[in-house]
Amino acid sequence: MLILEDIHTHYGKIEALHGVSVEINEGEIVTLIGANGAGKTTLLMTVCGSPQASAGRVVFEGRDITKEPTSQIMRSGIAIVPEGRRIFSGLTVKENLHMGGFFNTKSEIRESQEHVYELFPRLKERESQRAGTMSGGEQQMLAIGRALMSKPRLIILDEPSLGLAPLIIKQIFEIIGKLRDDGMTVFLVEQNAHQALNLADRGYVLETGRIRLHDTGANLLVNPQVREAYLGG
Amino acid sequence: MATSNVRHALFCAIVTIVISYPILGLNLEAEGINIVLTGTDATTIVAIACAALIVFLFQLFRDSVMGKLGAVSDLNPLTGRKPMEQDKRAKLESWVLTGLVVVALFWPFFSSRGAVDLATLVLIYVILALGLNVVVGLAGLLDLGYVAFYAVGAYTFALLSQYYGISFWMALPLGALLAGLFGLLLGFPVLRLRGDYLAIVTLGFGEIIRILLNNWTNVTGGPNGIGGIPDPTLFGMEFGRRVKEEGNTSFHETFGIAYSGEHKVIFLYLIALVLAIITALIIRRLMKMPVGRAWEALREDEIAARSLGLSRTAVKLSAFTIGAFFAGFAGTIFASKQGFISPESFVFLESAIILAIVVLGGMGSQIGVILAAIAVTILPELAREFSEYRMLIFGAAMVLMMIWRPQGLVPMRRLHITLKTQE
Ligand SMILES: Nc1ncnc2c1ncn2[C@@H]1O[C@H](COP(=O)(O)OP(=O)(O)OP(=O)(O)O)[C@@H](O)[C@H]1O
Ligand SMILES: [Mg+2]
Repeated sequence: MLILEDIHTHYGKIEALHGVSVEINEGEIVTLIGANGAGKTTLLMTVCGSPQASAGRVVFEGRDITKEPTSQIMRSGIAIVPEGRRIFSGLTVKENLHMGGFFNTKSEIRESQEHVYELFPRLKERESQRAGTMSGGEQQMLAIGRALMSKPRLIILDEPSLGLAPLIIKQIFEIIGKLRDDGMTVFLVEQNAHQALNLADRGYVLETGRIRLHDTGANLLVNPQVREAYLGG
Repeated sequence: MATSNVRHALFCAIVTIVISYPILGLNLEAEGINIVLTGTDATTIVAIACAALIVFLFQLFRDSVMGKLGAVSDLNPLTGRKPMEQDKRAKLESWVLTGLVVVALFWPFFSSRGAVDLATLVLIYVILALGLNVVVGLAGLLDLGYVAFYAVGAYTFALLSQYYGISFWMALPLGALLAGLFGLLLGFPVLRLRGDYLAIVTLGFGEIIRILLNNWTNVTGGPNGIGGIPDPTLFGMEFGRRVKEEGNTSFHETFGIAYSGEHKVIFLYLIALVLAIITALIIRRLMKMPVGRAWEALREDEIAARSLGLSRTAVKLSAFTIGAFFAGFAGTIFASKQGFISPESFVFLESAIILAIVVLGGMGSQIGVILAAIAVTILPELAREFSEYRMLIFGAAMVLMMIWRPQGLVPMRRLHITLKTQE
């Protein structure tokens, strides 16, 4: 569904990704783990076209989107839950959700809003609260809900567990599992390697801009290198 | 009371004297070819002493005074009182607005010519501030060169009437469209800029336009400006004593009433009023439309907005263009009202005043902006004898606002907010 071929990405003169190849098939959860600064966020942003890859190809559903503008990519069935949530804090929960369905029709919005409220009943309770006054966990739910509003076929999540309590993380991961069961494809970036690998069908390990390992989630979980570096031995 | 408070207060009082005495208390007078320094009369000295005393007392009791001021800010509808119910409030608001419009329609027939003239100016500022509110308040783009688009509107009318004899009603849409086009063109290069950088570059643009008008002498008349800009007509009726244009009739003769200079002033006022109302309604409508929500989203979080597929270019340019469009409107009315324009009317200070209106009124809020436009234009006129201190009063008002209502007079109220009571 999404193929990244030998991606190089630069920030000015600095090369952050040195030829990364990743492939995600339809209906899978694929996770990407790696230390701080490995280039995980950079890889996701390259998929979204901001910054664009300086070499290599990004192919989504058979279409080369490497050079497409961000706005076009984000309207073609891909949605991202950006690092640090980035909800619109001055807007209400409902308004945030409606922003997520900006390019959809009214009836589509109503439909996906129902779906989001089903996944996160908490959001329905807080419908008219200002998003900025919600707890971190609620904000993360909102960020995911907002991304789902456009009915994407591929959802990309950048560290959804960042700064959350274990119980909330568990809930969020359950929801991610549910999304896959409903037929969505998930690309999940995590620091929380244990839970991510447990959930994922396949995983990639990124180290300083290069893919080090690539295997099924279960295999990576027992891989001694991964255990040592990312699972605390 | 701590001694440090006393010492601090004393220091502030001395600073007050040191600053104000040389400015107010000493006069330079030319005596023949020499300049002599004279002291002023006793009242000024007393005034300075009083000011120093007030500063001293305020600093002495600062903590309790500020505490009270802080308490006053609890009036803020979002923190303190229970907000009025949504539909009740909306109903009240529409009644108040309708009432205001009716009063505004009939008021000029019962007041003096000077007052109506001033009210027209207020309405021009209302249009300008509503337009800038789109750019700064809604889209969050700090534009310090807004006056440039006002100038484009005014000069479009002035030049077209001078060279092609175009009438007010033709010039009105043309001026607005041309200003909008300028907004679009100037928007492109500043798209990537944000915050301070955007502010500085737009400031530069504002100055470029003014300097261009000032120096392109053979077209714009340079600093001498352009005069003889025609008044608006009403279905071909002119408001002057004698008809200037072939084929037109004059207003007072058609209706068989005595000629009065007031007719024209009132007519212009009514045009400005209608245009201000139209501006407010259009922008209100835009705010509720997707484009309005896109402006807000981009202001709140650019990365998030882009991640949802919004195009930064389209959203920013639309804000710039629409804001500029309304400035063009205002410019055309201004040119017609003055009958004469020169680059001097479009200096940076104008941009600053319009921006101050938006900030004072509460970014993004229409009613607030309208109230602030009225206050900022009328107050200096009421206090004529203080007119030199206009900027000083301005500054003081700003400082007070920051303490009392940091979000502006009437902070923007998000339309759907209802606070649920905790069960
Ligand atoms: N806007 C930028 N300009 C310049 N360099 C950047 C920029 N963003 C990221 N980098 C650099 O690119 C490298 C990869 O950063 P990236 O944010 O992709 O890491 P990450 O794997 O997401 O880390 P984390 O887990 O901390 O989020 C880092 O060395 C970082 O300093
Ligand atoms: Mg990251």
